[in-house]
Amino acid sequence: MHAVRPPRPDQVYLFGTCLIDLFVPEAGLDAVRLLEREGLTVHYPPAQSCCGQPAFTSGNPDEARRVAAAQIALFDQPWPIVVPSGSCAGMMRHHWPTLFDDDPALQARARDVAGRVHELAGFLVEVLAVDYSAAGGEPVTVGLHTSCSARREMGTRVHGVQLLSALPGVTLDTHASESECCGFGGVFSLKHADISGAIVRDKVASLSAVCDRFVTADCGCMLNITHAAEHQGRPLRGEHIATFLRRRLEGAA
Amino acid sequence: MSAQPLHFVSPAQFRGRVSEALADDGLRDNFRSAMHFLRDKRASQFPDPVETEALRDLGEAVRKHALAHLPALLEKLEANLQARGVEVHWADTPDEACAIIHRIATEAGARRVIKGKSMVSEEVELNHYLEARGVECLESDMGEYIVQLAGERPSHIVMPAIHKTKQDIARLFEQKIPGVGYTEDVDALIHTGRQVLRERFMQADIGISGVNFAIAETGTLWLVENEGNGRLSTTVPDIHIAMMGIEKVVDTLEHALPLASLLPRSATGQAATTYFNLISGPRRPGDQDGPRRMHLVLLDNGRSQAYADAQLRATLQCIRCGACMNHCPVYARVGGHAYGTTYPGPIGQILSPHLLGLEASRDLPTASSLCGACAEVCPVRIPIPSLLMRLRTEANRAPGAAVAQPLAGQGASFSLGQKLVWRFWSGIYASPGRYRLLRWAATRLRRLAPRSQMGWTQHRTPLVPAARSLHDLMKARARGRPGV
Amino acid sequence: MSARDRILARLRAAEPGAPVAPPDVAGYYAQRPRPTPAERLNQLCVRLRASRVDVKLAGPHDWAPVAAGALQQRGVRRLALGTCARAATLAAALPDTVDTVCFDGAIEGWKRELFETVDAGFTPASAGIAATGALLLNHGGALPRTLSLVPPVSLVCIDARDLYDDLHHAASAQRWADDMPTNRVLVSSPSRTADIQQTLAYGAHGPRELIVLVITDGETA
Ligand code: SF4
Repeated sequence: MHAVRPPRPDQVYLFGTCLIDLFVPEAGLDAVRLLEREGLTVHYPPAQSCCGQPAFTSGNPDEARRVAAAQIALFDQPWPIVVPSGSCAGMMRHHWPTLFDDDPALQARARDVAGRVHELAGFLVEVLAVDYSAAGGEPVTVGLHTSCSARREMGTRVHGVQLLSALPGVTLDTHASESECCGFGGVFSLKHADISGAIVRDKVASLSAVCDRFVTADCGCMLNITHAAEHQGRPLRGEHIATFLRRRLEGAA
Repeated sequence: MSAQPLHFVSPAQFRGRVSEALADDGLRDNFRSAMHFLRDKRASQFPDPVETEALRDLGEAVRKHALAHLPALLEKLEANLQARGVEVHWADTPDEACAIIHRIATEAGARRVIKGKSMVSEEVELNHYLEARGVECLESDMGEYIVQLAGERPSHIVMPAIHKTKQDIARLFEQKIPGVGYTEDVDALIHTGRQVLRERFMQADIGISGVNFAIAETGTLWLVENEGNGRLSTTVPDIHIAMMGIEKVVDTLEHALPLASLLPRSATGQAATTYFNLISGPRRPGDQDGPRRMHLVLLDNGRSQAYADAQLRATLQCIRCGACMNHCPVYARVGGHAYGTTYPGPIGQILSPHLLGLEASRDLPTASSLCGACAEVCPVRIPIPSLLMRLRTEANRAPGAAVAQPLAGQGASFSLGQKLVWRFWSGIYASPGRYRLLRWAATRLRRLAPRSQMGWTQHRTPLVPAARSLHDLMKARARGRPGV
Repeated sequence: MSARDRILARLRAAEPGAPVAPPDVAGYYAQRPRPTPAERLNQLCVRLRASRVDVKLAGPHDWAPVAAGALQQRGVRRLALGTCARAATLAAALPDTVDTVCFDGAIEGWKRELFETVDAGFTPASAGIAATGALLLNHGGALPRTLSLVPPVSLVCIDARDLYDDLHHAASAQRWADDMPTNRVLVSSPSRTADIQQTLAYGAHGPRELIVLVITDGETA
């Protein structure tokens, strides 16, 4: 049924992303654990910081280029680069090469790096073909929110659905307007706070209608939705998919 | 019951109108449910993703091909229309377009104009211009008629009165049309509109219409509609004036066919509209009806600025189906009037900066989460998010900075402070040493995280950094203390 | 410099874009599945009926009485016709209760009469499009545009031999681009609108009812 699977590597890079680094580090650690569970050696270049997306999307390509250039130098070995965030993976895969139109040498390196970027869930499914049938834990119903760039640039939604539905005891519930944006959009949530707030309010409501806990592969959306829910006093909790998977694999509730 | 002068609103008041719109729960509910209805209708017309993507590829190819040959195609269109007896006029600005039409009306001694749906006529505010000069201008598309009667402007490019409930319209008709009582029965309301407007079709001296596709090879204007008012406007009055943006031309009749399939399916979820109206000239000898004179007004109004730039040119691929607004999470929340532009929603956000300049429209390119829902449904694959980012870049650019194709209003959002913030930001994130310091400070001083964080905390609890960063955790792990 | 010259000059001065290949429209339509004639007819009828069109099938000799019956049933008292052969056949089949008026002079002579006294108009179609359920009316000359537009009931006949899969097959087989009449119209339903709260209503500005007579050769019926 599957197309030819890319060769299974034994070494990978992890690009942790700036949001995970500072706000949700355990998600990064859990991503490492999931990869190691499959027998991979995970390399974490300590000089990494951010993919440059905040500057890029807000119309500051020079600054995005500067930050991206500093990252591109960190992935010398031909190993896959796994990113536990769909939007950052999309930035690296699709937009890094476009940043260096004026610098053919850097552009060639950016292309090489971009070609090796994988979003975590996609990597687990497509490259590693993980088997999570032995996972455990209490029966639970969760919602899944897929970030827009993960969905549209990386095709990640199917991977999330595949991983979660393979877990014993986990029921995946689809919320209304599931494909709609959560309203985050980086600086959009600061610049147009009211519109962003109205969108996330609806997202919180439709998730809350089907579950009290949701899983996502994007920390930006996760922070947006959970902090909005908290602000409204709703009991909705969000978890990074890496953490959720790790917990189920450990058999915890 | 003459038409009201329309009040020009500007996108400069975007933020204020957004707050009003968001505070209006009824309005938001109207839009949300209307958008979901239209999304479902569209989805039902594209059941097969393979066919859908192939047809969108073709639609994009047709539009890109037309734009690649735009000046030549416009000349070909002009020549073929002239050969069929159509007078072709060119207008650089909205005022020029209005003046051309006023002159035609004056020369013909015309006092009454009936209009089919034309967004270009909205763009140039033709009704206002003609009314001020004593020429009565009546909208005949039901939605446009309702909006005109209410003294408003359309809130959607395909469904102008989508912001109104049938109760609103029932009240409006009761107040504005003599002898009409209050009824919420939609058939009865439509019947009222029909009765009023039929009389006007008979009396009108000039009919004005838009154009969906202009076919250069045959000199044909292709109009798409459901109501029949477009056909009446282009058939019954003695003079027909069509208005179109210069980008609407395609090379051959064959090229228009995939667009004619994409447009109704994307716009209203119909396989085809009630009428495809292909007009190739005025009444000929032997014809018993049709206008005796026919004109086409071609409008630039900033389109050539978008055209000048190879990336921004994609803006002009648009066939005005409205699918991008129907799928936009922002449009669905704030509604069409908040934008203050003729074209609201995602297409308006990428087009209006060329029509009005970035100065007046500077808040529009940023009013998007870049979710990409618009580009996903756009029948001609306009990469709307990329174009929004490009416009943000141009708005941020220093006003005097030399670039190959400067945009009107370049640098409208430039601020030295902002620029320095981003410089500073990139200085930290591009330097491992400085970024280490930031991490140290953020994690160790996390208790000092501000309670109020710009726009974030208006609708969310504050963000607080973790006690140890991922860098810290990975370092501890490498030292053999993975539990830390 | 005129506006025309200014606009064209600006367009010609634009940054060149990536080269574009001509779109392969024929290729796209050629790879679509082809229905059989029976499927085509069925598709047309299903599509039209879904848009509230009264579709009737009849043979070459009884279509006119069937059409006359449909008009009579709707209480049509005055029918406008063009000058074609089909119109003559129909006129001959009409009962005494239905008056005919031949549209063979300029509209200016009877505009108000047309708007206010004619109940139905008859127009033969030149092609039927199965994929979308639409009929092609080549207006101009003997077939005035308002015939299918102003009267509240529109009666259209189509020969089953003139059915095509889609617009592309029809346009290429009939070589539309070679000779465009003043007004080619594709019609797929009575006039309609959903401008009031997305509620579909028929009879917006054009006909409230559309009757389509498909004239079959007797076998496909
Ligand atoms: S940009 Fe695309 S989706 Fe939006 S109106 Fe234009 S063609 Fe339709």
